[in-house]
Amino acid sequence: MRPFSYLRPTAVSDAVSALMAEPGAQVLAGGTNLVDLMKYDVTHPTAVIDINDLPLRMIETGENGEMRLGALTTNAEVAHDPAVTDMLPLLSSAILAGASPQLRNAATTGGNLLQRTRCYYFYDPATPCNKREPGTGCSAIGGVNRIHAILGASETCIATHPSDMCVALAALDTTVEVAGPEGSREIPFLAFHRLPGAHPERDNTLQPGEIVVAVRVAGGRFARHHSYLKLRDRLSYAFALVSAAAALDIEEGRILDVRVALGGVAHKPWRDPLAEAEVAGQPATRQTFEALADRLLAGAKGQGGNDFKIPMARKAIVRALAQAAAGTSQIQAEKRVR
Amino acid sequence: MLHGPARTTSPTVPVMLTINGKRHDLNLAPFVTLLDLLRGPLTLTGTKKGCDHGQCGACTVLIDGQRINSCLKLAVSLNGAQITTIEGLGTPENLHPLQKAFVEHDAYQCGYCTPGQICSAAGLLAEGHARSREEIRELMSGNLCRCGAYTNIADAIEDVMAATSRSNQPEAAE
Ligand SMILES: Cc1cc2nc3c(=O)[nH]c(=O)nc-3n(C[C@H](O)[C@H](O)[C@H](O)COP(=O)(O)OP(=O)(O)OC[C@H]3O[C@@H](n4cnc5c(N)ncnc54)[C@H](O)[C@@H]3O)c2cc1C
Ligand code: SF4
Ligand code: FES
Ligand code: FES
Repeated sequence: MRPFSYLRPTAVSDAVSALMAEPGAQVLAGGTNLVDLMKYDVTHPTAVIDINDLPLRMIETGENGEMRLGALTTNAEVAHDPAVTDMLPLLSSAILAGASPQLRNAATTGGNLLQRTRCYYFYDPATPCNKREPGTGCSAIGGVNRIHAILGASETCIATHPSDMCVALAALDTTVEVAGPEGSREIPFLAFHRLPGAHPERDNTLQPGEIVVAVRVAGGRFARHHSYLKLRDRLSYAFALVSAAAALDIEEGRILDVRVALGGVAHKPWRDPLAEAEVAGQPATRQTFEALADRLLAGAKGQGGNDFKIPMARKAIVRALAQAAAGTSQIQAEKRVR
Repeated sequence: MLHGPARTTSPTVPVMLTINGKRHDLNLAPFVTLLDLLRGPLTLTGTKKGCDHGQCGACTVLIDGQRINSCLKLAVSLNGAQITTIEGLGTPENLHPLQKAFVEHDAYQCGYCTPGQICSAAGLLAEGHARSREEIRELMSGNLCRCGAYTNIADAIEDVMAATSRSNQPEAAE
């Protein structure tokens, strides 16, 4: 690792000032992604701003059932919090599908949102990569791209966002609270992560000096009909090839509201609210789910090594929706797909 | 290769850690990981380095009672923390129940992953989320064993879990 200076502010405003004072500064939370990337020399902050003393480790439930998760809550804390398992079981399940118990004890809510892609070339400073070094090219296009995007990719980058937690947050109604040099603002979750476009070096819409303070998620609504289905190369401790977060609001067999978010397929958790809206009022049947899956994947494009993801995603969507409709969500310790 | 602004050495940062009950007042360069601190200057070599990237669990220790991969923690970020390594769980004369169970069940071959497995299992028992063998397997998935001793590892943990829950039963329930 390269030398860097280390700061541990105790107030959010001091953390923001420290980030503004040194352009090469980066935030450290659980460290499970930042320290890893520093060891590979993929990223080299000149200053590390350790935010673990900031007062951002709260889990609060509002009167309207909205839950507020501080940026420093750990993935394990959130997944096992009784109010979360009660009101946001989809979120709990998605978190428990990710990483390992040790990593979830260290990883934080803020860090999970900000984690970088697992593209092999991004991780290898010896290869060209537009995300790591803008303008150098994309080694994955025409290269080994088994884990890459089938939706929303660009000519400059076909990477995917690796998070499980964020797929559930995208399916639910989530807002990101941010603090920065201009004060505080809120970002709707679907506008937080970006598609690569011409600027794959930018994963999200945070501005310089901004940090994530908390996420707020509307609770309760989909507590009965939901499922997080993650498909991967081994049954645990592996990133998703494809994952689907499904949530349904059903009345007398008819769909009042449906949410489907996909992981492992795009530069951000993939959702299409317009396609979902068209399904309202239809029966909660396999035909409806298949039609929705086809609609969601209409623009899907393989890169060669990842063509298999298109039929895999279709099946994952249909199965996750069927599980959600039946109220038999996928249990992450159970390795049979129900 | 280094490029960018030349910097000689990082200034060190004072940090206090309690490791296996013993207080250490240290001055460390910020890039030193907890794993390298333990195995290097502190010569606590029970904790193993497998991958150095969070992918194997060999470096698992307990930080404030929680199992964590020590390879991804900067030591300076842990000021004030209580750390328990395999050396602090038990001694050859007085083995921790998990250490005893690992011996009894032959839950290793080369033994390289074992300290991490045992610290991880101690964390798992403290967390209390595993109720079945299937859940033990899932919640131990952060510890790889190249020798493939998984079956015996699960047996050992299952034994200790059963013994712990027996001894925790209130008398009226007997
Ligand atoms: C072997 C391995 C397997 C994994 N498997 C999975 C998996 O299956 N599914 C999954 O979802 N994840 C997986 N992960 C990733 C893991 O979930 C992330 O590394 C973790 O969530 C990052 O959180 P952290 O607090 O450790 O972040 P850090 O490493 O501290 O930070 C990560 C990034 O976020 C920034 N940051 C952190 N907090 C804030 C904030 N509040 N505001 C602004 N910026 C911030 C940092 O500057 C850095 O750029 C895996 C990781 C490893 C090492
Ligand atoms: S897909 Fe994106 S992250 Fe991977 S090599 Fe191409 S530009 Fe880099
Ligand atoms: S050495 Fe830390 S997880 Fe492998
Ligand atoms: S006993 Fe050899 S790696 Fe587990």
